[in-house]
Amino acid sequence: MSAWEPVVGLEIHVHLKTRTKMFCRCPVGFGAGENTQTCPVCLGLPGALPVINRRAVEWTIKLGLALGCEIRGHAVFARKHYPYPDLPKGYQISQYDLPSCVDGKVILPSADGDREIGIVRAHLEEDAAKTVHVGGRTGRIGGADYSLIDFNRGGTPLVEIVTAPDIRSADEAKRFLQLLRQTIVELGISDAEMEKGALRADANVSVRPAGSNELRTRTELKNMNSFTFIARGIEAEVERQVGVWESGGEVRQETYDFDAASGKLTPRRAKEEADDYRYFPEPDLVPVEPPAELVERLRGELPEPPGARIERLEGTLGLERSSVLVTGGLDRLWEETVAAGAEPVQAANVIANALMGAGVDPGSVSATELARLVDARDRIPRAAFDEAVSKLGEPGFSADPYLTQEAVSDESELEPVIARVLEANPGEVEAYRGGKDGLLGFFVGQVMKETQGKANPRVVSELVKAKLSA
Amino acid sequence: MAPVVDTLRLTAEDAIGLVQRGDVSAGELHAAYLEAIEERDGELHAYLRTVEEADGASIPIALKDVISTRGVETTAGSRILEGYVPVFDATVAARCRAAGLTLLGKTNTDEFAMGSSTENSAWGPSRNPWDPALVPGGSGGGTAAAVSAGLAPWGLGSDTGGSIKQPSALCGNVGLRPTYGSVSRFGVVAFASSLDQIGPVAKTVRDVALLYSIIAGRDRCDSTTVELPEEVRLPEDERVDGLRIGVPRQLADLDAIEPGVRAAFERSLELAEELGAELGECDLPLSYRYGMPCYYLVAPAEASSNLARYDGVRYGLRTEADTYDGMVERTRDDGFGPEPKRRIMLGTYALSAGYYEAFYGQAQKVRTLLIREHREALEPFDVIATPTSPAVAFPIGDKAADPLAMYACDLLTIPSCLAGLPGLSIPCGLSDGLPVGLQLLGPQFGENTLFRLGHALERALGFDTVPERLR
Repeated sequence: MSAWEPVVGLEIHVHLKTRTKMFCRCPVGFGAGENTQTCPVCLGLPGALPVINRRAVEWTIKLGLALGCEIRGHAVFARKHYPYPDLPKGYQISQYDLPSCVDGKVILPSADGDREIGIVRAHLEEDAAKTVHVGGRTGRIGGADYSLIDFNRGGTPLVEIVTAPDIRSADEAKRFLQLLRQTIVELGISDAEMEKGALRADANVSVRPAGSNELRTRTELKNMNSFTFIARGIEAEVERQVGVWESGGEVRQETYDFDAASGKLTPRRAKEEADDYRYFPEPDLVPVEPPAELVERLRGELPEPPGARIERLEGTLGLERSSVLVTGGLDRLWEETVAAGAEPVQAANVIANALMGAGVDPGSVSATELARLVDARDRIPRAAFDEAVSKLGEPGFSADPYLTQEAVSDESELEPVIARVLEANPGEVEAYRGGKDGLLGFFVGQVMKETQGKANPRVVSELVKAKLSA
Repeated sequence: MAPVVDTLRLTAEDAIGLVQRGDVSAGELHAAYLEAIEERDGELHAYLRTVEEADGASIPIALKDVISTRGVETTAGSRILEGYVPVFDATVAARCRAAGLTLLGKTNTDEFAMGSSTENSAWGPSRNPWDPALVPGGSGGGTAAAVSAGLAPWGLGSDTGGSIKQPSALCGNVGLRPTYGSVSRFGVVAFASSLDQIGPVAKTVRDVALLYSIIAGRDRCDSTTVELPEEVRLPEDERVDGLRIGVPRQLADLDAIEPGVRAAFERSLELAEELGAELGECDLPLSYRYGMPCYYLVAPAEASSNLARYDGVRYGLRTEADTYDGMVERTRDDGFGPEPKRRIMLGTYALSAGYYEAFYGQAQKVRTLLIREHREALEPFDVIATPTSPAVAFPIGDKAADPLAMYACDLLTIPSCLAGLPGLSIPCGLSDGLPVGLQLLGPQFGENTLFRLGHALERALGFDTVPERLR
């Protein structure tokens, strides 16, 4: 396996949260009644003409700048033809050979130094409508009893970002996407929520002998609707392709759907003929030619990119913790908490684990109170700490009532409980003595449970260790 | 009840005067035209449908059936749009309404404005008021026949390669194809987006100029429109001293131009000289050699794309089948006539992968050359003059089986359309008792100059726009 290197490129679609659609003034949004957010333009009625949404263009440029792209002074929308009922004009309006943003790169901080992921292009297009196929077994239009179309989504502005095949592992793909997602969220141009379909990613995957520069036949993976599934899908596909090559076979160019439930990849039925989209410049629109001043103004509005912030925190926190904080949008709270006097690593752990685990909105948390809790974490009972953390987001929260509680650190009180726990788990005791150090946490957890979270975990940990090594 | 006015001779300007002075009401005028339609349109079939009630305070107007009208069926002459009632007005229709004009009815057209005779209408051909055995031209034959026969004071057509100018010529009317970008296409059923323009048809140049002033100007809903650089002026001058007219040298070698047409054309040039114009020769060699093939790549390519929306899913005709693909196939087979099918196939081919550069891409390059050639030809001149159509009206059925002969009707109108330039056609005489059209071409937004020359010539020519058989 180590003799093979994955080569992965990603195609990411991002819904822009503009107030109105890409080419008409219908509102963009979820949850409205079917086909209520429509007009002659997004329904493709005869004679209706598109008009470019200025804000969508500006946001695309902004995104392009954040991805280090060159912003073209002359971009052109084209018509991309394919017949499907979710496409009311019979074509999608999309930038094609002259996109707004080209030749960018994103620095992805990695364990083995910075990785540079090339951005081939970022272009603007309109989304298709939503179809629901009712009846039949395949869930597709062929064989369905009937199909329903909701044109509310039709015409929503969509940016497509295409990376170079610079990604070398499933984990790297996942980390790149997390960084990209955070970049988009901080630009304020999209919620970029995968579960709502506001961010979708397809992966182009191939493998090659490690150290070579060749590009072998790639396959396309679609329908992966979470970062974890994307990583899993790529992993499974890499494994499959290595198997094919090693058994003397040949990887064929195919498209696979990832099934989250089974974790399996199913090939799509091959089409009889290749797609011919018959692209040509959209004659109903004029070229997009943003003035240089506009581009510079947008450049001036960019926030510090998340990748740079990870690098800044890496020295203090290590890559893993910095990445989690930054891509989770938690680093500002962390900085404020540290400024309020908390120990940096402890603060990072509390924010990334306890606070997020409790589902608290980091935006509503008082850094001062959080810093006091981080500081008292080992002194107060675990139960009190957990309760305090879960209430951090409440208005006017004060740590005071929790800080007066003391965790049980008295050895004479803890010893009998520890003895009981060890007696009840002889197998684990034996395993620990045989070298499975990781079981320490298990014993501590059991003691914490027995004491209803009142024990001081640090003291318990010391006592258990002493007892078992005796 | 006798008609309150004689619609045969009534110009739009005079009709507006009647209404403004209170001599007739808008409703009475509307009714008078409906009565004329009742009387004469059984033979001519200029209208696909009429509107009974006047919905404005001014005079009536006829709109070609490619123009969307809220609440009034709009089929573009195609079965595939049978029963389609727009929920919105085209911008030009809305501007007419805003000016108080009352919608008289929707006029016949070749299917999706594809044709030069109105024979390609799914609802049957229109006939020429000068001789019902002949075509009125096309695609806007319905509007032209209606104006000519006094079934409307004026109307709007759409012009892609000659669909306003050519029928105006064949029916003895004045027609303007405006500069590309001066009139909104929003709500007009698209044929070839980079060529389609909406324009007026009337009995006089002044009427055409007046209607143009109502519909022209930037529309937020059409990104290809601009504000007019100067106001529309209603022409008044009787003379055109110092106006320079260029005549393409290449006309001499075009055998397609009938002798009678040539004679009427040359007479009107002499007349222009008498009115003070200076004549000279200009050159448009590429235009007459490559204009047609270029047009028949660009227009069908765009048409194949614009017609992709007619799939039976949302509106118009639907022929049911067991599968989605089957439904679309059968709907299109039933809904599109032979000419749209022919152009969809041509255009799809011209845009397909591997052929794009050789066909559509190449045609766009030729188009750039034609734009340049027209600009250079117009440099020493204010106007270029040619006949509008190489021939007068021909018998129904004569060219129906020969698409290339039909396409050749637009030989003289097509090149300036590709260049986006305005063209005015005015009647300049008769050949074998049938009207001949004079085409005046100008630079972008040169409409006022065309109106000035057209008006002076119109007065000097004294052409009677009422067909002889109806006088």
